[in-house]
Amino acid sequence: MAEDVGFDSQVAAKMVEELRSGFRTGRTAEYEWRVTQLKGLVRMIDERETEIVDALDKDLKKPKMESFLHEISLVRSSCLMALKQLKQWMKPVKVPSLLAAHPSSSYIVSEPLGIVLVISAWNYPFLLSLEPVVGAIAAGNAVVLKPSEIAPAVSSLFADILPKYVDNSSIKVVEGGVAETTALLEQKWDKILYTGNSRVGRIVMTAAAKHLTPVVLELGGKSPVVVDSISDLKVAANRIAVGKWGCNNGQACIAPDYIITTKSSAPLLVDAFKFALEKFYGKDPQESKDLSRIVNSNHFARLARLLDDDKVSDKVVHGGQRDEKRLFIAPTLLLDVPLDSLVMKEEIFGPLLPIITVEKIEESLDIINAGAKPLSAYLFTKDKKLEENFIKNISAGGILVNDTTLQVASPHLPFGGVGESGMGAYHGKFSFDTFSHKKAVMSRGFGGDLPARYPPYTPQKQKLLRGLLSGSILALISAIIGWPRIE
Amino acid sequence: MEELGQKVSFDSKRAKEMVNELRGSFEEGKTMGYEWRVEQLKAILRMINEREADFMAALHSNLSKPYFESFLHEISLVRASCSLFLKQLKHWMKPVKVPAAITTYPSTAHIVSEPLGVVLVILTWNYSFMLSLEPVIGAIAAGNAVVLKPSEVAPATSAIFAKIFPEYVDNSCIRVVEGAIHETTALLEQRWDKIFYTGNSRVAKIIMTAAAKNLTPVILELGGKSPVVVDPDCDLKIVAKRIVVGKWGCNNGQACVSPDYIITTKSFAPQLVDALKSTLEGFYGKDPQQSKDLSRIVNSEHFGRLTRLLDEDRVYDNVVHGGQRDEKQLFIAPTIVLDAPLDSLIMTEEIFGPLLPITTVNKVEDSFSVIKSRPKPLSAYLFTKNKKLEEKFAMTISAGGILINDTTLQVTNPDLPFGGVGESGFGSYHGKFSFDAFSHKKGVLSRGFGGETPARYPPYTPWKQALLRDLINGSIITLILALLGWPWRE
Repeated sequence: MAEDVGFDSQVAAKMVEELRSGFRTGRTAEYEWRVTQLKGLVRMIDERETEIVDALDKDLKKPKMESFLHEISLVRSSCLMALKQLKQWMKPVKVPSLLAAHPSSSYIVSEPLGIVLVISAWNYPFLLSLEPVVGAIAAGNAVVLKPSEIAPAVSSLFADILPKYVDNSSIKVVEGGVAETTALLEQKWDKILYTGNSRVGRIVMTAAAKHLTPVVLELGGKSPVVVDSISDLKVAANRIAVGKWGCNNGQACIAPDYIITTKSSAPLLVDAFKFALEKFYGKDPQESKDLSRIVNSNHFARLARLLDDDKVSDKVVHGGQRDEKRLFIAPTLLLDVPLDSLVMKEEIFGPLLPIITVEKIEESLDIINAGAKPLSAYLFTKDKKLEENFIKNISAGGILVNDTTLQVASPHLPFGGVGESGMGAYHGKFSFDTFSHKKAVMSRGFGGDLPARYPPYTPQKQKLLRGLLSGSILALISAIIGWPRIE
Repeated sequence: MEELGQKVSFDSKRAKEMVNELRGSFEEGKTMGYEWRVEQLKAILRMINEREADFMAALHSNLSKPYFESFLHEISLVRASCSLFLKQLKHWMKPVKVPAAITTYPSTAHIVSEPLGVVLVILTWNYSFMLSLEPVIGAIAAGNAVVLKPSEVAPATSAIFAKIFPEYVDNSCIRVVEGAIHETTALLEQRWDKIFYTGNSRVAKIIMTAAAKNLTPVILELGGKSPVVVDPDCDLKIVAKRIVVGKWGCNNGQACVSPDYIITTKSFAPQLVDALKSTLEGFYGKDPQQSKDLSRIVNSEHFGRLTRLLDEDRVYDNVVHGGQRDEKQLFIAPTIVLDAPLDSLIMTEEIFGPLLPITTVNKVEDSFSVIKSRPKPLSAYLFTKNKKLEEKFAMTISAGGILINDTTLQVTNPDLPFGGVGESGFGSYHGKFSFDAFSHKKGVLSRGFGGETPARYPPYTPWKQALLRDLINGSIITLILALLGWPWRE
């Protein structure tokens, strides 16, 4: 398993064929199998928590608290929820029968799709790998997990420990980079779930199109935060700060990307941020143990480029310090950056927080709607009308009012994007549904035969059926008793 | 705005202009309101009622579709849909409250259905009326602007849509674009918020690849070979009638949910063939070419395709009924083929016509492996009185949809999702599923400024972590303490 045999298209094809034969035996569809795998995952989390935290520290210098809160505990909760609900989720759902097809019964059966591919991301490498895998397993599929090579410690941890806790013949880990991913994408999957950026999202969907494979694409975008003057600015600053720098140091798809507030509130908000940042990370944030580092030098250079953009050179009002060797950029606030600056055009995915100001807070809606639909949109306000307006008119994957990032913790809300931020959703039962085929089943007996249905078609028959379909009771009765008896 | 009926070249530039116009209308909020959606649906209903004769004539012109079929399968289904939508729309549009997680207490959570934006519906020729309007109604009900591209293979319906539709609906938000490959390509180069396609898998791949460039989600309603398993333990007379009407009574076999081929036991096959023969004679007479109740083959290309299936060496010799054809009239008689080789064209390609192969097996259970060895079909049918067999079939045969003891009716239940799986497509619609297919389900979580949990904020200390760990594990005491804002020291 640790051998470096070239993982090319041939090897990938062989693996998929193996998984498909395994799937055809019906093993993964059985309730007991699914439960065993999910319990295996819970056991893995409980027994290997330290190793998981260490790997996350190695890849991202992720604070232990974040590793626990945002990665480990969320996956564990998902497993437990699936274990608790699975029997219920797996039951066929009865739906109303069609009167015109009386007698009949109709129901919807959830069945596994088959072999699914989960391509994970580097920023929440544990969560974004296992959360979809939990859904795929719960729905009865065989799964291949391709963890991100940009988080190599977590990737090799998966390759090492996952097979020890789950059925290795139907759940596999494939490590690697572009070459291995390409080899995987050439195969025929029954579904692909990809988390990452929109450039690769397009590549994944194009590859999927060759096999008519449905896809879920969890992408990103610039998640805006609108801060109304009618807010508790202190609480708002706390919640935005922890959602930004307390989530992998801004390297999260749902991290607050930029802020829009009124010209009058901006100074107060900036002060509130400065206060919160010092409280959280101390006077010298480079000394704080509670900040993830920038994942690698590529991303460091990318973020430095955003900061070094001429258009924002005099806009930094806090932070801005950096240390390339330690992949450190301080929590940085920028005020009144031009809308056409790099930092306002690209998804930041880092510890820079630009603040845009407007005269009236309602203008923020137009600014947001002028851009691509983001994965999340946040609003801080006590004004119920503004809240309603925001929810109604801002299109985003999800919306959160008066807090940030928490929506991912709710298993009852579908988590996914729209437009450029992606398609499809998962979490909770939505994971089960997304990896299932909802098969319609209608069942009749041999009674209730309607002669009017059969050729030769006469005007009389047509009249009868017209009446039946219009819901006329008389027509229905005569149809049921099989009149007219024309053979 | 092009003049109706004028053949102005519809290229990428014009397509872009049109999409921009529609997007402008959408962004103004024209399609969002309940009233607008209701107005469009009512207008469509009015159109069906007032222009029924025009549509029927067009359907007849395309395919010689019997008026009875046009009425039953197309017009009445769409009318029923409109009525259902008008009745349910207010309810469907309401945000749905969902439980809020305890870890985000206090909070409320909702799922809001919002329109996607500007959607493209690409239609097919065999149910050119129903398959056009059914998705369009869904798109409108969900609050989108829509472009409808009818199939050029059904030119009469396409022309009639282009002419009549704009007289009833809001043209600033709903458009019809006629044309073929050139026009479809121009449309596919634009950015849509969703594309809905009904047709075949070859074109579906082209559409999905085009959609990928803009990350446009798609629904693909494709076809496949829908098998019919006939267990000897059945009511043969009724079985024969229901198979015949589902096959030849549905556009003469040119339907995606048509019974494509039959699997039955070797011992039962002769009886089944006899029953089918006598039913066919009862429905269409001794000379089916004289019957008014059979659609024609849509065009000479498909006629050629079907005769190719029939004339293959090992197939032609196995014809046990029918086989007559008349190219000028685009007529092929209801034809039954017994035990064509499993690798013959007629047993590997979707037939989409009046040819019905019967494959025999030793035991009826053997039919399962035959079906499972093939691409997943849009529908799978089983005739049996054996409840155990029925259960096994429904639970283990993967298809878009399953119908026991009848054919094709599953499309008429608006409470069942209609769509394929695997090669037969993905996504589904009908009834509320149509509304959902054209909506974005937006998660909304709403909090107040209270309920602050200091343990959530850095600096992270061991006891903050312990607290949150307990909280997540569901400890009630911890929850209470957390709610009281403990730990108070920072």
